[in-house]
Amino acid sequence: MNKTFTPVRHGFALVGLSLVQILVWSWVVVALTLLLLGVGVFLVPEAVMKQRRLAELSRRLSGKWSGVEIPSPYLPERAYPKSFLGQAERTRALLSDPATWRDMLWGVADPVIGIILASFAAVLPLYGIEGVLMPLIRAATSDQFNDWYAGIPVGEGYPASNAWLCVPAGIAIFALSRNLSPRLLHLHGLWTRLLLSPGSDTVLTQRIKQLTLTRADAVDNSAAELRRIERDLHDGAQARLVAMGMSLGAIEHLLEKDPEKARVLLAEARVTSAKALNELRDLVRGIHPPVLADRGLSDAIRALALDSGLNVDVQGTLPRLAPPIESAAYFAVSELLTNAAKHADPDRVWIDLRLEDGMLRIGVTDDGLGGASFDGGTGLRGIERRLATFDGVLALNSPPGGPTLVTLELPC
Amino acid sequence: MLKRVVIGEDLALLREGLVHLLEAHGFEIAAAVDNGPSLLKALLEHRPDVAVVDVRMPPTFTDEGLQAALEARRQVPGLPVLVLSQYVEQLYARELLADGTGGVGYLLKDRVFDTSQFVEAVERVAGGGTAMDPEVIARLLNRGRATRPLERLTPREKEVLALMAEGRSNAAISQQLVVSDGAVAKHTTSIFNKLDLQVSDDDNRRVLAVLAYLNG
Repeated sequence: MNKTFTPVRHGFALVGLSLVQILVWSWVVVALTLLLLGVGVFLVPEAVMKQRRLAELSRRLSGKWSGVEIPSPYLPERAYPKSFLGQAERTRALLSDPATWRDMLWGVADPVIGIILASFAAVLPLYGIEGVLMPLIRAATSDQFNDWYAGIPVGEGYPASNAWLCVPAGIAIFALSRNLSPRLLHLHGLWTRLLLSPGSDTVLTQRIKQLTLTRADAVDNSAAELRRIERDLHDGAQARLVAMGMSLGAIEHLLEKDPEKARVLLAEARVTSAKALNELRDLVRGIHPPVLADRGLSDAIRALALDSGLNVDVQGTLPRLAPPIESAAYFAVSELLTNAAKHADPDRVWIDLRLEDGMLRIGVTDDGLGGASFDGGTGLRGIERRLATFDGVLALNSPPGGPTLVTLELPC
Repeated sequence: MLKRVVIGEDLALLREGLVHLLEAHGFEIAAAVDNGPSLLKALLEHRPDVAVVDVRMPPTFTDEGLQAALEARRQVPGLPVLVLSQYVEQLYARELLADGTGGVGYLLKDRVFDTSQFVEAVERVAGGGTAMDPEVIARLLNRGRATRPLERLTPREKEVLALMAEGRSNAAISQQLVVSDGAVAKHTTSIFNKLDLQVSDDDNRRVLAVLAYLNG
């Protein structure tokens, strides 16, 4: 029953929205007209914003009620001064955004076409019920009633039995509406998308904005990496080599005078060289893990699992992928495992590796404490940003009490 | 009779160094090659008493040497191989140990600097024993939850376990820890009891059991 009446509610709401739309659209037109007098400069931005909020609501409802997702098309706005010139500038920017004009077109077209689709969706089930109730309605209003129902005359002067004919017709219409009303709503969604989805310029502009952002992140990241490597080398291997050089110099002097002391220094120099090698090894492992270079992602993640100290089960085998993708995925999984060990205390971890339709999907599930979030300082935001450089995404599902499921996707 | 060795190492300097070192310690060099395919060929052709192999070699500079060693051991089970690498990886250690036949070693290249220990490791592998790098063992012993039963061991027993896992004999362990043979034997029995492992008189078998246990 609920399923039948949901389209009724949604349909009426959409009709209502279209009616509000007429008012807002008119207000924008008035504001635009007042541009001629100058005051419009202060009115247009607010009016356009109202129009946008309404259009955004329609996009959201289209996704929620009609199953048609519509992305937001607006270019990001910068801040403008409140002065006349500032607002004039803002007006100019808003009016040169193609999305504004598409909104306006929608504003005048939706109250015609959208309203028809939405009201049909809403009214159809109710019309079916009216048919079923027709004998009652006829009896209650026998004198004044003058109407047709689905092509059946039921008004004054026609036999009362006609009203009974409406009952099967009503049932048929009601049954039909269960199927038809959701379709009409879906059609309404498609119609909304036709006008309210971003134009190709907007898609490009948004893409450029995203690329600029992720590129800046990538540059920052690699600069930070280089600084870290420089610091590690400087404080580590480099310093140890200097110490070794000094020891060797001292040994040269001591060789004749005090061979015993020279021997002690030699042993120390060997320990220092071993330490320098260890540090270089750790450093290289952090830059490009040897197993990743040797075997690719699947085995590198298996090696990671062995080193993690957790009980990890790795499923799936991947072919060799582009080295940057492998590296990005590897370090993401590495951080996820570290996170799990540090915050979740899991008994088991499952890692699932898949490559489908040019999309690398890695799922990391643990049966630990759960309750992980992007904001908890868990580094998930950082992983997400590094993946974004490759148009990758990170999805997190971690109810308190666990389990935690993190899925990352990278196109390759 | 001299023990015959095949060496696979692409850095000429290190290859020559290994040749001299092993010759000086009474090994006969059957072949010294610098790439994966010729290594596999040499291993199968010469069937040496022991092979000393670098993991990374031409043509692809990935894990060529390891792959050749594993393939040779598939065809000649138990062929003694000592793998040298700039890095030690648990994954590779596991693969070398997987067939359970022993006669494998996996050491960091730096261990070559300590000549006597290195030669001792080559001898051990040639004799069907095991030589695992302390770094591999340290990571095996430190695997969080997976190694919790080890908390039942005393610190001394842990030391003995680590040395045993590297592949050292009781005599070598007692020398290293400066205790008597009897004391080491007592520790090993206690370790095997605590970890629920079958006690075996055979040194090699004992090491493999410990490694299998630690590898989970």
